[in-house]
Amino acid sequence: MDIENIPQTLPRQSATFDAYTLSEIRRAAATGIYDIRGAGAKRKLPHFDDLLFLGASVSRYPLEGYREKCATDVVLGTRFAKKPIHLKIPVTIAGMSFGSLSAQAKEALGRGASAAGTSTTTGDGGMTPEERGQSQTLVYQYLPSRYGMNPDDLRKADAIEVVIGQGAKPGGGGMLLGQKISDRVAQMRNLPKGIDQRSACRHPDWTGPDDLEIKIEELREITDWEKPIYVKVGATRPYYDVALAVKAGADVVVLDGMQGGTAATQEVFIEHVGIPTLAAIRPAVQALQDLGMHRKVQLIVSGGIRNGADVAKALALGADAVAIGTAALVALGDNDPALEEEYRKLGTTAGAYDDWQEGLDPAGITTQDPILSARLDPVAAGRRLANYLAVLTLEAQTIARACGKSHLHNLEPEDLVALTIESAAMARVPLAGTSWIPGMTGNF
Amino acid sequence: MRTVDLAKSSRRDLNAALHEVQHNTNETYWRVENPAGQHALAVGLDAPVTVEIAGHVGYYCAGMNQQATVVIEGNAGVGVAENMMSGKVHVKGDASQSAGATAHGGLLVIEGNAAARCGISMKGIDIVVKGSIGPMSAFMAQSGTLVVLGDAGDALGDSIYETRIFVRGKVASLGADCIEKEMRDEHVLALREILRAAGAPDSVKAEEFRRYGSARQLYNFHVDNASAY
Ligand SMILES: Cc1cc2nc3c(=O)[nH]c(=O)nc-3n(C[C@H](O)[C@H](O)[C@H](O)COP(=O)(O)O)c2cc1C
Repeated sequence: MDIENIPQTLPRQSATFDAYTLSEIRRAAATGIYDIRGAGAKRKLPHFDDLLFLGASVSRYPLEGYREKCATDVVLGTRFAKKPIHLKIPVTIAGMSFGSLSAQAKEALGRGASAAGTSTTTGDGGMTPEERGQSQTLVYQYLPSRYGMNPDDLRKADAIEVVIGQGAKPGGGGMLLGQKISDRVAQMRNLPKGIDQRSACRHPDWTGPDDLEIKIEELREITDWEKPIYVKVGATRPYYDVALAVKAGADVVVLDGMQGGTAATQEVFIEHVGIPTLAAIRPAVQALQDLGMHRKVQLIVSGGIRNGADVAKALALGADAVAIGTAALVALGDNDPALEEEYRKLGTTAGAYDDWQEGLDPAGITTQDPILSARLDPVAAGRRLANYLAVLTLEAQTIARACGKSHLHNLEPEDLVALTIESAAMARVPLAGTSWIPGMTGNF
Repeated sequence: MRTVDLAKSSRRDLNAALHEVQHNTNETYWRVENPAGQHALAVGLDAPVTVEIAGHVGYYCAGMNQQATVVIEGNAGVGVAENMMSGKVHVKGDASQSAGATAHGGLLVIEGNAAARCGISMKGIDIVVKGSIGPMSAFMAQSGTLVVLGDAGDALGDSIYETRIFVRGKVASLGADCIEKEMRDEHVLALREILRAAGAPDSVKAEEFRRYGSARQLYNFHVDNASAY
């Protein structure tokens, strides 16, 4: 044998121990602390991209794109609230805390949402005057930590959202690391400056659906039954959680899938707990239908909504509206390639920057640093968000008209097919070109 | 004086009427008959009125109170005076779990005992329990003062921040990062003030209490504390 000339195999990287996994093992070995980051699940998951609309043809006819109306408005909180919320578009801005976001970013979200005729939402840490002032319709989150929670703000809100969980971390509490606790954040939360703030994972004065019902009654009594009360859950067991939220008296259920963003959570939690948005919608809608409450208790879906097609698909599967977090931040200017040089200095690259907990965001969005946050012009950023919301709406309308619908809410599962068996099973629509809904009907 | 009989009118009527009271009201004294353990009574008040409730109440009585004085002539259910901002809530009997939870201000006085999680996540309120308190009290308590004339259950002050705790009797056990601290003159003076406000008998001396608070070891995450998180 010619030892010199034995052909060599190519160096082979392991699919199991891939480069990212190896880097995480080394990081863990060096620090002894789990990895914390912002944003949602980054792994590839069955998602709205796996669905397609059928569009109209001979058997159904479309609406004329530029002439015939396709309405987009939505009313939330019709079940019990004296003053339901009427939004022009079915895309809302999700709850993101002041603390995790700069005051400028919160103001920009309010401005953009108001210009587009939709609502924005407070977050862990309470309501700031900037966001109340700039938000035509503001939803006030009621969270386990109750940071900054006070009845004056509750009464100023247009709706109240009882947060039980988030898609990025169902069953988890929150974390705001000391770097982001400025004087103002510390004062609003009634804690010393510079310490790591943990937010509890359970509410301090109730546990379980029977107590939740009483808690909701209390909130209604305090606000004289005026305001819609939402209940937000992370997607895990959506059928039961939605049914129990309805039983507890919710006007609106917010369902957040595992792709949903977070300000800061353990990586292992973000990637391994909860189910994808796509898998959560049908069981949630089923629960509403089984209780005779579909469209009476409204369903808001979030987690990975990026474009008008996603909006239209979520609505077709039975949601009344969607909420966006990550995409709204990107519209404001988050992860902009124009800042690449600065992302490099932070050891990352535009598009991948997710160490929001560190408070060093060069875009001035996920930071409390006065110099960095001053970089974000709330007026210009708000304009970008309003533009983006307009595009989401126009895109969803384009699809709805093609399916012959005069209102986005007339989209239905029958307008959809799936590209993969997984997504067909999860969305309960047939695999494209077949009548097969795995686990339900038809033949392959 | 205005009397509302809950055997005849609804909770909604009561709360709505209490919300309508203006800050410069003459109707400063209210009496509520036949509460029958109803939930969410006298919640969201924001006026300097006194509301006496003649009997037991359910969950969240006097929740989010501002300015008002609410007297409960019986036992209180879960979360009495939860998230109170100011004013005073006085429970003549015992209180269930999470009394004074997350409250930012005001004074909560419980003549009897309070169950588990008394003062959980408290954010500035003063709580005086003349009997004993249950386990996990002052969990993640942020600020304010918790005073207990009797004993405290297990895991007192777990993950506590800056709340001060004074206990006259026995403490079954302390929670993570909660330690006994020296009782200095300033603490005796402050405690005396709170005891007076709560109407504690003169026989109860501030010097008899022990002080507990945060060791501040868990304030910033450190791997060597992992077992305590
Ligand atoms: C920076 C940031 C902060 C957030 N803060 C909160 C919060 O305080 N309360 C909450 O319920 N959800 C919070 N969320 C989750 C959002 O409300 C929402 O569920 C999620 O962002 C939706 O998914 P998407 O990011 O894919 O659009 C936060 C998300 C982000 C990105």
